[in-house]
Amino acid sequence: MRVELDEPKCVAAGQCVMASPEVFDQREEDGVAILLEERPGDELLDGVREAVAVCPAAALRLVEE
Amino acid sequence: MADTLTGCPAHAGAPVPAYPMPRAEACPLAPPPAVEPLRAEQPITKVRIWNGGTPWLITRHADQRALLTDPRVSNDDCEPGFPHVNAHRAQIAPHTPKLITNTDAPEHTRLRRTVNGPFLVKRIEAMRPAIQKMVDGMIDDMLAGPNPADLLTALALPVPSLVIAELLGVPYKGHAFFQRNAGLALDNSLSADEATAASRALGQYIDTLFREKLENPDDAVLSEMAGRVKAGEMEHAEAVNMGVAMLIAGHETTATMISLGTLALLQHPEQLAVLRDTEDPKVIGNAVDELLRYLSILQTGVRRVALEDIEIGGLTIRAGEGMIFDVQAANWDPEAFPEAERLDLGRPARQHQAFGYGPHQCLGQNLARLELQVVYGTLYRRIPTLQLAARVDELEFDHTGTTYGVHSLPVTW
Repeated sequence: MRVELDEPKCVAAGQCVMASPEVFDQREEDGVAILLEERPGDELLDGVREAVAVCPAAALRLVEE
Repeated sequence: MADTLTGCPAHAGAPVPAYPMPRAEACPLAPPPAVEPLRAEQPITKVRIWNGGTPWLITRHADQRALLTDPRVSNDDCEPGFPHVNAHRAQIAPHTPKLITNTDAPEHTRLRRTVNGPFLVKRIEAMRPAIQKMVDGMIDDMLAGPNPADLLTALALPVPSLVIAELLGVPYKGHAFFQRNAGLALDNSLSADEATAASRALGQYIDTLFREKLENPDDAVLSEMAGRVKAGEMEHAEAVNMGVAMLIAGHETTATMISLGTLALLQHPEQLAVLRDTEDPKVIGNAVDELLRYLSILQTGVRRVALEDIEIGGLTIRAGEGMIFDVQAANWDPEAFPEAERLDLGRPARQHQAFGYGPHQCLGQNLARLELQVVYGTLYRRIPTLQLAARVDELEFDHTGTTYGVHSLPVTW
């Protein structure tokens, strides 16, 4: 599974970091999401799915490879 | 229906209901009873607002998520057809600079990124020890003071007021002034002129402080914005308006969540016990989201206007028509939250829309969650015998504010 971040849509609400701090972080200057793990392991997928679901800007996708 | 000559739906011709709708006195924490049949049978329907306008009311969780992330749905409150909350908001709209609260992408995205710094998850989390210490101290004072006490003035209002004042760099000694004027600015029962006078007083107060910070900056947010103004990244008026918005939004809402959350928990002792008996941050974190879902204190809805025709649920929302997203209706939608009327601190609650949804979702939500985690995670553990010192039907609820609330919450222990 691969995570896609549509950065121009990101409004820096940080909800992905709350849901899955292992996979997401925020840029210090403006809070825009940073993808730490493009291909997170299975043990992280629940958190990633929650991050996708709660992203208010609909800027995240989890795609099957 | 097929048996009408015009082919109109059965409800055509029925009177358009007024919005906001009244709550049932016997269930002061539940959504207005008229909302549920609408969500079940007419989930997108016209309602009548204060100025006679008839925007669409959207009550289902899934429809709200779809529309609030749709780029054809605008937050520009100068668009004709925008369903203003009240006459005050309509009056100030043309005089308000471009802010995160009245713009769309891509301008909104740029503006939001310039004001977002203080609300980064890590920066908010770093405030936890200081907020914990503050809450512990206030509970010490409450226990040492008169019993019964008013939870609103002993804890609910001072915690978020102190936190937002320190975050912004506003002296806390001004709290009576800013609490009073924030209350007036958000009260839908006042005339436009009264509410405008209150928001203007707050604007002048922050403007004066902001000019001081331009000269003598500290490390708080007003000074951070002053730095951005000096660097040409932000306009002076924008910074002052954002300062006012953060000050207003930063204390009343969280204060209400503390007081109404405590009331809800005292009415559900088995749920209160969950918080009383745990120090697990995951349990506390989920409890906060469930209380946000259950209470959904924004009682005037999220307001938007359609920029183009939008087909949804077999209907067409025409360009120029207003929309109101009732967040408590969505948060009590059984499709999204089975047995939604049940307060259940263990349920998956994270996808509630109490902070709105879409790119305009509450800027301060991470701070609000942190404050509520500390308060809910401490108060009932420290005062396990906490109980109401009044009957629920003696409490006075705030039915006219932008957010719901209770005027005082007498408690004893």
